[in-house]
Amino acid sequence: MNILARILAIVFRHKWRLATALISMVGATSAYLTLPYLFGTAVDEIASAFEGGGVSDEAMIRIGLAILAASSIRGILTFFQTFMGESLAQHVVYDLRNSYYNHIQNLSFGFHDKNHTGNLMSRAITDVEAIRMFCVGGVIRAPYFLVLFLATAIILLLRDWRLGLVSLGFMPLLAIVSAVIRLQLRRIWLRVQEEMAELNTVLQENMTGVRVVKAFAAEDQEKAKYDAASSAVSADMVKVARLQAMNASFMGFIYLVAIGLVLWYGGQRVIDGSLSPGELAQFLFYMQLLALPIRHAGMLVNNFARAFSAGQRLFEIMDCKSEVLEVSGAGDMPTVRGHVRFEDVSFRYRNGPLVVEGVDIDAKPGTLIALLGAPGSGKSSLVHLLPRFYDLAGGRITIDGVDIKEATLKSLRQNIGIVQQDVFLFTASLSENIAYGRPSATMDEIVAAAKIAQLHDFIEELAEGYDTKIGERGSTLSGGQRQRMSIARAVLLDPPLLILDDATASVDANTEERIREAMESVMKGRTTFVIAHRLSTLFKADEILVMDEGRIVERGTHASLLAHGGMYRRIYDLQLRPQEEVMMEFDVPDPVHRHEENA
Amino acid sequence: MGTQTSSSARKGSERMEEDVFGTAFNHRVVLRMIPYIRPYGALVGVAIIAMLLFTATQVAVPWLIKEGIDGYIHNDDFSGLTLLIAFFIGNAMLNWGASFTQELAIARVGQGVLYRLRGELFSHLQRQSVSFYDKNEVGRLMSRVLGDVYQLQEFLAVAVVTLGDLLSLVGITAMVMILSLKLGLISMATLPILVIFMAAWQPLARGAFIRVRRAASVVNGALNENIAGVRVVQSVNRQERNLEQFDELNSENLRSNLQATRLSAGVLPVVEILPAISIALVIFFGARLVGADALEVGALVAFVMYIQRFFDPIRSLTMQYTQLQRAMASGVRIFELLDNQPALVDADDAIELPKLSGDIELKNVSHSYVPGQEVLSDVNLHIKPGQTVAIVGPTGAGKTTLVSLIARFYDVDRDHGAILVDGHDIRDAKRKSLATQMSMVLQEPFLFTGSVRDNIKYGHPGATDEQMIEASKSVGAHDFITRLEDGYETFLEERGVNLSVGQRQLVSFARAIVADPRILVLDEATANIDSYTEMLIQRALSRLLRGRTAIVIAHRLSTIRGADQIVVLNRGRIEEVGTHDHLMDSDGLYAHLYAMNFAALKDAMPGGKDTK
Repeated sequence: MNILARILAIVFRHKWRLATALISMVGATSAYLTLPYLFGTAVDEIASAFEGGGVSDEAMIRIGLAILAASSIRGILTFFQTFMGESLAQHVVYDLRNSYYNHIQNLSFGFHDKNHTGNLMSRAITDVEAIRMFCVGGVIRAPYFLVLFLATAIILLLRDWRLGLVSLGFMPLLAIVSAVIRLQLRRIWLRVQEEMAELNTVLQENMTGVRVVKAFAAEDQEKAKYDAASSAVSADMVKVARLQAMNASFMGFIYLVAIGLVLWYGGQRVIDGSLSPGELAQFLFYMQLLALPIRHAGMLVNNFARAFSAGQRLFEIMDCKSEVLEVSGAGDMPTVRGHVRFEDVSFRYRNGPLVVEGVDIDAKPGTLIALLGAPGSGKSSLVHLLPRFYDLAGGRITIDGVDIKEATLKSLRQNIGIVQQDVFLFTASLSENIAYGRPSATMDEIVAAAKIAQLHDFIEELAEGYDTKIGERGSTLSGGQRQRMSIARAVLLDPPLLILDDATASVDANTEERIREAMESVMKGRTTFVIAHRLSTLFKADEILVMDEGRIVERGTHASLLAHGGMYRRIYDLQLRPQEEVMMEFDVPDPVHRHEENA
Repeated sequence: MGTQTSSSARKGSERMEEDVFGTAFNHRVVLRMIPYIRPYGALVGVAIIAMLLFTATQVAVPWLIKEGIDGYIHNDDFSGLTLLIAFFIGNAMLNWGASFTQELAIARVGQGVLYRLRGELFSHLQRQSVSFYDKNEVGRLMSRVLGDVYQLQEFLAVAVVTLGDLLSLVGITAMVMILSLKLGLISMATLPILVIFMAAWQPLARGAFIRVRRAASVVNGALNENIAGVRVVQSVNRQERNLEQFDELNSENLRSNLQATRLSAGVLPVVEILPAISIALVIFFGARLVGADALEVGALVAFVMYIQRFFDPIRSLTMQYTQLQRAMASGVRIFELLDNQPALVDADDAIELPKLSGDIELKNVSHSYVPGQEVLSDVNLHIKPGQTVAIVGPTGAGKTTLVSLIARFYDVDRDHGAILVDGHDIRDAKRKSLATQMSMVLQEPFLFTGSVRDNIKYGHPGATDEQMIEASKSVGAHDFITRLEDGYETFLEERGVNLSVGQRQLVSFARAIVADPRILVLDEATANIDSYTEMLIQRALSRLLRGRTAIVIAHRLSTIRGADQIVVLNRGRIEEVGTHDHLMDSDGLYAHLYAMNFAALKDAMPGGKDTK
């Protein structure tokens, strides 16, 4: 019921559309209800004339014109009823889509970690559509059918209560059957929607991961997975159809039986003279009006059932509170100098184990802090805490002495630029992608940023230059180019704080060199946290933090850490040093040995 | 956006074009549906019989009422009336049974057809070569496949209703003419007006509905992209502006829907007033006929009932017209997709490759993706079983293309050389028999939704847990996996986003090892892994590569020095081949790249300018 109430709450925002639709509906129905009466009158006129011979054309013309008038009124009002009803539904869906979108885009990373894009999309498309159908069906049609039905019932009972009872006696039965079926349908619809999501996930992954599927010759395995989901959908859809068919056919049957009984009992009354043939005809015509609501009741039942399951799925998302919330009275953080402190910071994903534990960092403005450690040691998690993509489990983080929790998210994040390794590019031109975080940037600024990111030459070589459209996930750019796009974005934002993943993307030495230059120029003058892979970065770092299982196990400069001879030294010897071997062969002074000499 | 409708202009290209609307009836689409329906022939027969029965029992009702009034009530024959009512109830029961049978049978057929179609589309998309996916964005393909299959599902429902409508139209027309030919013709007098009106209305509605579909696909596209890129959006604080942009698209969608609604609702007054005119005429002339004893009262009642029902199917036919158009367009696109021959198919007489020793030979291989732009030119290379070959070269040199050809993601043109594995031309072998003996680790690790176990055993579900754990240990993935919440059972969300990129790559390494391949291809496989882990993997590899042929693309020269052969590619040509020492001596491109790498480090070094 709660779900229904919430859908209706959105409907009621559009009061005048709802009111116009409903008033038109009542008017149209009233006009409609005069028709059986007019038909009946005509039959009586004709019947009596039949008895007495001769029919008056005048009377017939009068009735004919009345029928035309009533139908015209109904026709025009039905237009308003339908148009306003659909308009209402479209506005509801418009509202819903906007708020769904806005809600999702503001949910924290924690939410997006566990919800597929495909899943969120299927809710936005099919479930929103189900709500639209409900607005037309449930909000406008259902009352229409109800009004039509009740008015007809009252007229029938008033005309002749015994005959009226005969014609309406079947209703309670229909109500019960529909209610039972509605519950079953709702359950199945929920399941169908989940199965569809599964089906789509398999399909999508097979297309996105086509190289892997083919490389492992896993086509048959994937097909089996897909077939299982597909046949589950089909089986449930047949179940839905069976229930609907049971409901609809039974309703049709009961309705026909009722007409038969009216004809039987009414016929008897006509024979014994207590009812005119015209009155019997009127009864039958009125019952004809009931055909429409009854025929569509089954559809409406299904409609309600779907709306409930769709509403449930939509509100499930809309009720998700972002795990990262602004405190009331949060102030705007001005442009900071960049003094960042982590004080005994710990963090866990949902209810998992701590992935960051007891971390203290004091980064003075303009310094370079490098993080090093095995995958899963907590480097990425740690840097994601600074822009509050996730909230801490313990401790606090301050920037220029202000707890980041005290600042509005927007003002906090405006101070932080992020250069990602796996950057997301949008379907738009290169210049729009570079200016993604600052759409107001001028072309000169964009070009300047591209130059710093070492992208300008490449872009200039393209036929359409900065206007070149790039596709989904930037598939037309290489890994190295994408990484530099990310750098250009950050340069344009000009943030005092920078988070950077200097992953050595798959590029040749020449490009590698350009990326390194780009990285260095963007770091200049900013407090930078870098997940370091390059030896060159480590050389330059003011402080290197070596992480292991969420803790900082060693800290210091390159030289001091080497001298210390701990984990850093081990990593250095095992992997960083081979990068250096090149130098040794060419007999270049080696910082390690030089340092040892000093010590 | 402007030129989306020219779908036939690019026939033959693999890229699928958008086409939003078609005609309401396309015989080719209908004919193509027949093979899908044929297996359900008996069920279709049942459905048709049930449908005929349903229509007949439905049309019989006013007739029975007329009989009741004129035959019994008018003659004060109550027992006759009772008998008629018994018959009436019998008719209702038949109607019930027919209605249920019809709906269920049709749903069964429809779902069966959709199931087969979905499966076929899936298999077909799987069969497409990698080049197909280079040209078609997955997002677009997804929404098209989903949207079109959904439309077809709607089509099946609508087609059945339409068929029922047409049947009852025929039935009612027949009954009306039988009751009174004269009155029947009079009642049909308004029909031409309706036909003319509809003919004028259709093109308008068509345009409006095209606009609706466009607007909807734009809104969904924007939504999809912004959800997928939400992390960037939040990082750069673009929520407000994106909401504004989304709101614009959403509003355009609203406007186009309202316009379409105005048009479709505009029909209503007409279809309301025309039957009223017919009924008024019937009553007027019917009264005269009754007066002249040419018609009975009950017949007139039945007449009015028939005319009221006559316009119902017409009304719903106009409503279904646009749905039919949409469905036909979808059908055209689906079959177009199914007709798109995969660029790479096994020949009928393709051979099953025996267990390979891993000898690979490239003979004069050239390849181009776009005609005229060769990515590889005249490549000759012989890799002996068990050798490790490193491929190096600047970006765009053709390294990935080379290994993609060996993996047979693309076929080498018959007149552009050949690739032989153990002496067999791979174009003459079954792709699967090659793929099962070859493993690849790609630059960007791709994991599937499912458990870590599923992912490591991917492609080899028969592997034992011991093999899986051993493989994980050998690449250094075991430790972090056991630390995950549920170990090997940990469920990986969308493409493993709950793992770091490095962890994902370790899993894909383990996956490659479980396959126990004869040939191992590493395409920049360690690019996204941190140095420490890379080192661990390098160490493990030297053991893992023993006895296997390996082709390694790498950019860190230091990591490839141990290779048996180093192939230096430049602009699609092999520039040098040899061992590290050999290449350094010959002072070619390799030596140059090596020096570059060195220079990069030298610049980065504190005090790096020092010289001896």
